[in-house]
Amino acid sequence: MTALSALFVRDARIAIRIGGGAMMGVLFFLTVVTLVPFAIGPDLALLRRIGPAILWLGALLSSLLALDRLFANDHEDGSLDLILMARLPLELVVAAKALAHWVTTGLPLVVVSPILGLFLNLEPTALSATGLTLLIGTPALTFIGVIGAALATALRRGGLLLPVLVLPLTVPVLIFGVAATNAAVAGPVPFDTPFTILCALTLMSGVIGPFAAAATLRYGME
Amino acid sequence: MENSAEAGAKVGKIVAMKLSGHDLACIRGGRRVFCAVRFSVAAGRALVLTGPNGAGKSSLLRMIAGLIRPAEGGIALEDGDPELSVGEQCHYVGHVDPLKPALTVTENLAFWARFLNGAREVDEAALVERGLEAVGLAALARLPAGYLSAGQRRRLSLARILAAPRPIWLLDEPSTALDAASQERLQRVMHTHLSGRGLIIAATHGPLGLAEPEELRLGTPSTVGEDACIARDTDALDTMQ
Repeated sequence: MTALSALFVRDARIAIRIGGGAMMGVLFFLTVVTLVPFAIGPDLALLRRIGPAILWLGALLSSLLALDRLFANDHEDGSLDLILMARLPLELVVAAKALAHWVTTGLPLVVVSPILGLFLNLEPTALSATGLTLLIGTPALTFIGVIGAALATALRRGGLLLPVLVLPLTVPVLIFGVAATNAAVAGPVPFDTPFTILCALTLMSGVIGPFAAAATLRYGME
Repeated sequence: MENSAEAGAKVGKIVAMKLSGHDLACIRGGRRVFCAVRFSVAAGRALVLTGPNGAGKSSLLRMIAGLIRPAEGGIALEDGDPELSVGEQCHYVGHVDPLKPALTVTENLAFWARFLNGAREVDEAALVERGLEAVGLAALARLPAGYLSAGQRRRLSLARILAAPRPIWLLDEPSTALDAASQERLQRVMHTHLSGRGLIIAATHGPLGLAEPEELRLGTPSTVGEDACIARDTDALDTMQ
């Protein structure tokens, strides 16, 4: 376990240092959310209605931003070789790295989402519902994203491959995340129904993501 | 340095450790790099891999580390730890240095010390201090690794292998970018490892200063390798496809 916690601490530390991905995601989130009112005009009622969806879309795009470097950096500097040689199960290594990534890039998005929600004229219920669904949903985005990150590294192609691969897989998370928020604000569906499905999606991706990414890395690193 | 001796003491319990490979073949990108390679190294001995560029020195080291599966043949370790794979008992120093530019020299080494020692209880701070002293980087401990020169990066990589005891060292051109004083230090470290019944396999173009190393010369595929390989080439490619 100490090796895993060392890996977690190292990844988290790199992310919050200068040049790391942590603050980038938040700034990108801010930019996306700020651009929307410019595009659709200052219609406060409309903004309030589509606000949760915009926040979710912004968070989805921002959480994928730094993900393609998750394994690529370790691959380029040879760290991945030593990690593959180690006795640790690769699935746990992937999970530890994904968790460090979520804590440094996903969690800040959740924290700033209420402030960005104010820009979109959201009421307090919508703010807290969006915050809660993002808190539960963003780990799913990261765990699905690690599969893409592993593939991008194994195929030695970074950049746009990751969003193209990963975004379609995140559709269910997006649907139930926004649905739960809307249910909390307007109904008529009770909040619990889409929210429990969102929780289930997060748990499922938490299991499938590390296994799929580890299999990809093992196969791809030969 | 003392740390390496400690490592040696632990290795010393295993008396007749012997690493050997038989009939090894390697195919990279559809090209046969080498085949029918045989080697055997006993504890306390060093094996030096030589040969022109592209002869497969690095591939052979990666194969022993378990990072590439051999296309043919196998690698066996006698009297090693039966619970661990060969790769898990190896230190591998490749030609890139696994250092993070955003972390300081100490943080980089401390991470590997903890990661490589796994569940074993270690005094990380002491290991790091000793490791940095052994490679002469103690004065730069707080500098971000991004500012290190090529030789200093290599020295930090070598400090890593002193931080965790492992019987087998796989070194891929370890003396690259090292100045004369550091090369001497490397020699001393390797000697200590060998006298502690360790085992070194190093790929190199120049002399490493090891006393009587065994030498394995890998030929270019167009000369030695291919003649020997041609007969088996077709089936090997078939199995690959």
